[in-house]
Amino acid sequence: MYTISNRLKTFSIILIVLGVLGVAYGFMTSHKSLEEVKTMLVEEHAHEGNETSVSEHVEGAENTVSNHADVAHDDGHAIHVQEQLAKRPWSAMYVSALFFMTIALGVLAFYAIQIASQAGWAPVLYRVMEAISAYLLPGAIIVILLAVGSHYIGHHNEIFIWMNPEVVADDKLIQNKSGYLNITAFLIRAIIFIAGWSTYRYFARKFSIAQDNAEPGDNRNFKKSFRIAAGFLVFFMYTESIMSWDWIMSVDPHWFSTLFGWYVFSGMIVGGITVIAMVAIYLKGKGLLPMVNNSHIHDLAKYMFGFSIFWAYLWFSQFMLIWYANIPEEVVYFVSRIEDYKLLFFGMLVLNFVFPFLILMNSDNKRVPWFVMMGGVVILVGHYIDLFVMIMPATVGDRWYIGIPEIGSVLLFGGLFLLVVLTSLTKAPLAPKGNPFIKESENFHY
Amino acid sequence: MASHYEAPIRRPLVLGEKSYHDVSVDIAKPVEGKANKSWWIVFSISLAAFLWGIGCIIYTISTGIGVWGLNKTIGWAWDITNFVWWVGIGHAGTLISAVLLLFRQKWRMAINRSAEAMTIFAVIQAGLFPLIHMGRPWLGYWVLPIPNQFGSLWVNFNSPLLWDVFAISTYLSVSLVFWWTGLLPDFAMIRDRAVKPFQKKIYSLLAFGWSGRAKDWQRFEEVSLVLAGLATPLVLSVHTIVSFDFATSIVPGWHTTIFPPYFVAGAVFSGFAMVNTLLIIMRKVVSLEDYITIQHIELMNIVIMITGSIVGVAYITELFIAWYSGVEYEQYAFLNRATGPYWWAYLLMMTCNVFSPQFMWFKKLRTSIMFSFFISIVVNVGMWFERFVIIVTSLHRDYMPSAWTMFQPTFVDIGIFIGTIGFFFVLFLLYARTFPVVSQAEVKAILKSSGQRYKRIRESGES
Repeated sequence: MYTISNRLKTFSIILIVLGVLGVAYGFMTSHKSLEEVKTMLVEEHAHEGNETSVSEHVEGAENTVSNHADVAHDDGHAIHVQEQLAKRPWSAMYVSALFFMTIALGVLAFYAIQIASQAGWAPVLYRVMEAISAYLLPGAIIVILLAVGSHYIGHHNEIFIWMNPEVVADDKLIQNKSGYLNITAFLIRAIIFIAGWSTYRYFARKFSIAQDNAEPGDNRNFKKSFRIAAGFLVFFMYTESIMSWDWIMSVDPHWFSTLFGWYVFSGMIVGGITVIAMVAIYLKGKGLLPMVNNSHIHDLAKYMFGFSIFWAYLWFSQFMLIWYANIPEEVVYFVSRIEDYKLLFFGMLVLNFVFPFLILMNSDNKRVPWFVMMGGVVILVGHYIDLFVMIMPATVGDRWYIGIPEIGSVLLFGGLFLLVVLTSLTKAPLAPKGNPFIKESENFHY
Repeated sequence: MASHYEAPIRRPLVLGEKSYHDVSVDIAKPVEGKANKSWWIVFSISLAAFLWGIGCIIYTISTGIGVWGLNKTIGWAWDITNFVWWVGIGHAGTLISAVLLLFRQKWRMAINRSAEAMTIFAVIQAGLFPLIHMGRPWLGYWVLPIPNQFGSLWVNFNSPLLWDVFAISTYLSVSLVFWWTGLLPDFAMIRDRAVKPFQKKIYSLLAFGWSGRAKDWQRFEEVSLVLAGLATPLVLSVHTIVSFDFATSIVPGWHTTIFPPYFVAGAVFSGFAMVNTLLIIMRKVVSLEDYITIQHIELMNIVIMITGSIVGVAYITELFIAWYSGVEYEQYAFLNRATGPYWWAYLLMMTCNVFSPQFMWFKKLRTSIMFSFFISIVVNVGMWFERFVIIVTSLHRDYMPSAWTMFQPTFVDIGIFIGTIGFFFVLFLLYARTFPVVSQAEVKAILKSSGQRYKRIRESGES
């Protein structure tokens, strides 16, 4: 049985408190008056002007002529920037909330796959996976509250622009999609997803614990959990795709990509497996998972390695196909990302692909806990950036920065995640006893 | 050995009270025996189809592509449909030998040899089409970046058709090496059993002097694992590159980003169906029912069910995004598929690919040999139509209504396709009589952990 040490509990609470402070700071500084924004823009412009004074002079003549017409345009621009600034703390929270939610969901999917495929190595890790997936319900609710809350709270700071009736009124394209993209339908779908996932998680956990206390040879609960895992995976295939269109892709309501759902999946599964490995290594370090040996870690690290490559494959497929055909309505997505997020957009390729590819290639490395931990941290940072680059360009545009609101949000939900997962770990023995594959798993060597 | 503990609820993979010797005898029997009458009948039919196909190919090349049913709007139809279909079929072999090896699936041992043979023979069929669909196939070597006397005129590396050249040729070479490496211990077994000098000579040549020392085995395992690790990304990338032929274009219905993984899923789907078709017959004809058991068929059916469902998700995704995109060309492309002149092909594809694998949810059906055989054929028909629908329905009606047209295949289109089926079976039938169709070395490696006899001994506590 696991008990949270007071130190760890205090640590996660400190994270939450620091996170709340960071988020509060973000909200306090994000609402600027139009005048402030204008002054800010003028300052920025002057600053740029100093650097490019030569070209400024050449274009100067033209500028003075068009200056009067630009006044109205400048106002519009300032309002736009004002809205972007107001969206920043919301988006920062949203990215972090998504990050931890997708990890929990990825773990749940991985868990179901292991059960449905009757994996012989994984059962010793089932309790770890069950505990991580405990964050799914609160995490997904937070995501939805933020998505909808950003519309109802405050003025013009919604993460999803299609929730803003003024925008929709002038936008024929969004109007055509409003049968799908409206708050009621969005909420109904979200409730279905969350209810379905959580129901599976609830029963999987219930059967898993019931199997512990069953008579030897009584595999009824095991069979039940096998069946619901198969059912869940079908449900998951559909809902994961729709979830990623709803919760992520529709931040850019003009843009679409058929691969998107599977791309999001590849990111969440790699994040999920990474967290399983990290939690397992942590618990093993405490001596709480004696049946987990370095072959289990090796297997998890292989999955981290494999799914990192799979992520890169889908990233490349989506990017290359759109880049190659260069159809204007699709390519804007990558144009804005490459122009304003160049370092993050290409940097995450190094974190999510090149780095894991190089360090986790070697078989011996995959058995070394600190190595896997190090790879894991890099993958998680890469996965966060992946989500950051999916959401931010649509909400704050080129006004992005990784500062107090972003870090605060990560601390807030990170602390919450830690608290929920660790609490869930204390609820059941860490070694599932009754699983018919448990002995195979304990004796697993590779 | 504690490390090889196996859960009692796992079912045996080798039935009957087999010993190592029994395995050798059972597997060597078809190679050492003589072909019976039905083998000759089937072989003759396949050979006739093959020769007919060769005739059609010679006719096409000597007369011109105009003998096919293509027109100015539809420049690709049966040729590329068959190409993609055959490449797709080839993928299951690598999946079984490589991906299932990475996932430590012991049941692959009995089927990997034949699946790989199928891969190689299918890729050979596929490889014909890029050549014969050229207007000037005798200049086919221009696709290779070879220094030349035209001021070193090179190829443009931006075309997915060129990537195809590299993908398919690499795929064939790697599959061939992977297959042959695995064959070495088996050829050695046949060599050592051979009584006729000619046979002994041949199998000595094929076995490359394999003597089965510990060091050899150690390296053998290492090489297999490395090749499996390389073949897995290869198998994904090959069909991905094939899908790029369409997805990089700007044709509505072709330009979609889901094609890479969706084509791969479809390839695994159709490939497993083909493996099922072949193995259900083979286990009967060469009496390998103890090795290729109902459980193997059931597991292949489950893979068919899963990949069929993935393909189903992709179909629905495409339909949804076509509506969601708001692009009227895209919306029309899908409307045209469902309600246009080729609605029957679309309906057939949907029925065969999305609905038929769902029957596999029922244990009764997926453990029925007859039903599995039937579905495996249905799936391959469906997957042929999938490629046909994607290619032809997207081309025959796109941006300019003045370029809308229809496609009618000629007997030459059909004849070449039949010819490749004939060629495939000629190769496969020859293989089945001369090669060890089950990898005896690998089956022997799982005999003690998963053989029925040893499981019984363990359960009764006699060991």
